[in-house]
Amino acid sequence: METLDYFLPQVWFFILALFLFLYVILDGFDLGVGILSLTADSEERRGMLMTSLSNVWDANETWLVLMGGALFGAFPLAYGTILSALYIPIVGMIFGLSLRAVAFEFREQANRKWFWNLAFGLGSLTAALGQGFALGSVLYGIKVDASGHFTGTIWDWLSVQSVLVALTLVQGYVLIGSTYLIMKTSGELQKNHYRTARIAALTTLVGAIAITISTPIIYESTRSQLFERPLLYIFSLIPLLGVLLIGLLLRSLSREAENTPFIWTLLLFLLSFVGLGLIVFPYIIPTRITIYDGAAAPSSLVFMLIFVGFLIPIMLFYNIYQYVVFRGKVSSTAYGE
Amino acid sequence: MDWLPDTYILSRMQFALTAIFHMLWPVLTTGMGIFLVLVEILWLRTRNPAYYYHARFWSKLYVLNFGIGVATGIPMEFQFGTNWAPFSEATGDFFGSILGFEASMAFMLEAGFLGIMLFGWERVNPYIHLFATIMVAFGANLSTFWILIANSWMQTPTGGEFENGKFIVRDYFQAMFNPFWRNSVIHMFMATLETSLFVIGGISAWYILKQRHSPFFAKSLKVCLATAIAVAPLQIYIGHLSAEQVYHYQPTKLAAMEAQWETTPAGQAADWSLVAWPNNKAEKNDWEINVPNALGYILEFKEKLSEPVQGLKDYPPEDRPHLVGLVYYAFRTMIGIGFFLAALMAVSTLQWLRGQLSEENIGQQRWLLLAWVGSAPLGYVAVETGWIVRCVGRQPWAVYGQIRTADAASNIPAGEVLTSFIGFMLLYTLLFGTTLYFGSRIIRRGPRLDLPLPNEDKPAIETGKTQHQPDRRPVEAQQ
Ligand code: HDD
Ligand code: HEM
Ligand code: HEM
Repeated sequence: METLDYFLPQVWFFILALFLFLYVILDGFDLGVGILSLTADSEERRGMLMTSLSNVWDANETWLVLMGGALFGAFPLAYGTILSALYIPIVGMIFGLSLRAVAFEFREQANRKWFWNLAFGLGSLTAALGQGFALGSVLYGIKVDASGHFTGTIWDWLSVQSVLVALTLVQGYVLIGSTYLIMKTSGELQKNHYRTARIAALTTLVGAIAITISTPIIYESTRSQLFERPLLYIFSLIPLLGVLLIGLLLRSLSREAENTPFIWTLLLFLLSFVGLGLIVFPYIIPTRITIYDGAAAPSSLVFMLIFVGFLIPIMLFYNIYQYVVFRGKVSSTAYGE
Repeated sequence: MDWLPDTYILSRMQFALTAIFHMLWPVLTTGMGIFLVLVEILWLRTRNPAYYYHARFWSKLYVLNFGIGVATGIPMEFQFGTNWAPFSEATGDFFGSILGFEASMAFMLEAGFLGIMLFGWERVNPYIHLFATIMVAFGANLSTFWILIANSWMQTPTGGEFENGKFIVRDYFQAMFNPFWRNSVIHMFMATLETSLFVIGGISAWYILKQRHSPFFAKSLKVCLATAIAVAPLQIYIGHLSAEQVYHYQPTKLAAMEAQWETTPAGQAADWSLVAWPNNKAEKNDWEINVPNALGYILEFKEKLSEPVQGLKDYPPEDRPHLVGLVYYAFRTMIGIGFFLAALMAVSTLQWLRGQLSEENIGQQRWLLLAWVGSAPLGYVAVETGWIVRCVGRQPWAVYGQIRTADAASNIPAGEVLTSFIGFMLLYTLLFGTTLYFGSRIIRRGPRLDLPLPNEDKPAIETGKTQHQPDRRPVEAQQ
């Protein structure tokens, strides 16, 4: 194989990982705030949670659309196979995302808000669960034949492992959502989210430990991958770093720091992401189809790279600009100017 | 579950439902985006607060649409994977790239600046705000551009070959700039603009009829009318060009649009039917009212056709569309609306030139204003029927002449698709009802003419009537 045939799929694997990572952290806190809104005890509080998202939720969600488009173009086979295999979790996620998206506007307009509150909270929860099940099923392998077409049944996505992943992802979203709110709010509301952040940090830790221990036990393929030489060192490092980061996070929470909890959480997400990436690589449909077999033609990958690659810094730039424009705390009076 | 229709029929029904429903929202946001840019420029140039209040008022309807546009767009994209997996695999090298471009160039741009456009009035200076509005409008129109490139390629797949059912791209630019792209992009661009102009104009006319803020809404009506003078006639012309390209490249679709069962050879004149009753079983029209020799004039501006118009019977039933009546009437509906809107524009312009639209007189133009109110939904109908012509007329192909729709559908259990289809029906019914309800409430409440102007301490004095009450809600909530 020529070097280009290796190199290009790897570049696209990396770009997709980048988009997915940006999506998971950005819409992660977005969905996390949505799930947390289910626990809000007053309309005012809920209004504030939604205000903290009002200018960014759409941009955050667009990373998912972008991820989808890029996967479609770069690995068409995987796009078709994975999405049709995961029909139920994906459609569930779509319904969840739709409901929460429209809730932003409708809740604002409505006199009786309970329905849209539920749509927002439960929509966020459903979307997060759908993503968790999808992630879990992809990680543990989708049944395909030699040409990469789905051969399983409609309930394949449901397993003990995928339930574990889904629940942990929800906890992770709640965690990052809480730390985002610590940054964006003050007073009583902020206090409240120090508490939710602490709880979520612990439950996420429990989930992560359960996943880390059970996966190599249940799955032969992951086991053999984990214990291969150079990777073994990395994989033994990841849990250690993870525990360290959780420690730092808990410490910053008890010191009531405002920004560092979010940063530690980001690093935690990054760490788990790197770990997952290393397990999945070089597969695009684990553990059957590699990125080299599933990729679009090299010319397509180059063509897309020219357009999308050069847009990545621009997209990052104006997304960051938007966060800069709306920096600072959300509060019902401070914005009046 | 034998009683269920095929998975592929259900997937088609679901795609049709979601596409038709999705289309309702971006139409307005893309077109209204341009209108918002116009009023914002007018505001910055004249510093007349009325234009600022226009920008604020219409953007309330804008966001309402925007949210649903996004919510219904996501199912569109993911359906290619969930319900049309073989299609995705076969065309992904090209088609998927285009969707990737759409997301990275268009959606992201729109989303990245939307927050500033809606909530940033107090936070950035007016020129940066204008820039944000322009980016939002530009992003929406870029998305139209890319999605029509993708769809045009499905109509005229050029730029490569199909090998073992998979599209191998030879030349990306040839695939992008396929024979259909130009007219389709322009026709769609004009469609969103024309629809939005008549929606905004129609709502403005409603206020004038009700004598609420008449001078204020006379302004937006005139902005719409002035723009429609260019758009409405041009749209008919581009529509004609679209029909011409169908005539050259998609004989089965043209035959369905015109309900032609028998072939007319080149060099002959053909009749054009004004109304007919196509009968797919009998392979003829049960009855028809014809305009003699008109088809040549319609397609080529001359009596005798230079290419044959092929009849449906030239093709075996499995190679041609079956919903002939639907395509036929959808086409006529679109044309009718195109001419009606152009006529309304012409009459209104005439009255404008005669001074009948001035502040004192405009209230007397009851019939004209009523016609504008009635035209508000027509653009939507034209857009949907146009798409029905395009997509249903393309059948039985998903990619014209290359991939059959039946082969493009995922092989998943019918029950699954039925469940999601019913789910979408319920959700979309709810969304449609709610949007109409809240949309009409926004309209009934009317504009707020007492918001403080951005970056100025004193409230606007222009309106005089109500004293400005500081609003205690966050600016985000005030809009
Ligand atoms: C305000 C909306 C609107 C109006 C007034 C018209 N159209 Fe249209 N038409 C559309 C909105 C539209 C559309 C929804 O935008 C379509 C669907 C796909 C496309 O590219 O444009 C379309 C498609 C479309 C097609 C199908 C192209 C294909 O299948 O590839 C034809 C032949 C026409 N149009 C012709 C006309 C004619 C002759 C019109 C003049 C009276 C006309 N349209 C007015
Ligand atoms: C948004 C406006 C659109 C509307 C209203 C619309 C309408 C429809 C309808 C009614 C069908 C069903 C046809 C049938 O089964 O007989 C259909 C099918 C389809 N359309 Fe469109 N369409 C739209 C845009 C698009 C675009 C932009 C694309 C591609 C980029 C597209 C791709 C398809 C595909 C893949 C199918 C399913 C396969 C098929 O039945 O051909 N559509 N659409
Ligand atoms: C002619 C047909 C179409 C046009 C003109 C169109 C245009 C648009 C526009 C302007 C938006 C931005 C949201 C808004 O302003 O309301 C949007 C949203 C969206 N559309 Fe469509 N669309 C069409 C059909 C499709 C199809 C066939 C797909 C499937 C690939 C699709 C996928 C999406 C997605 C995923 C979004 C959400 C984007 C976001 O996150 O901002 N659209 N569409």
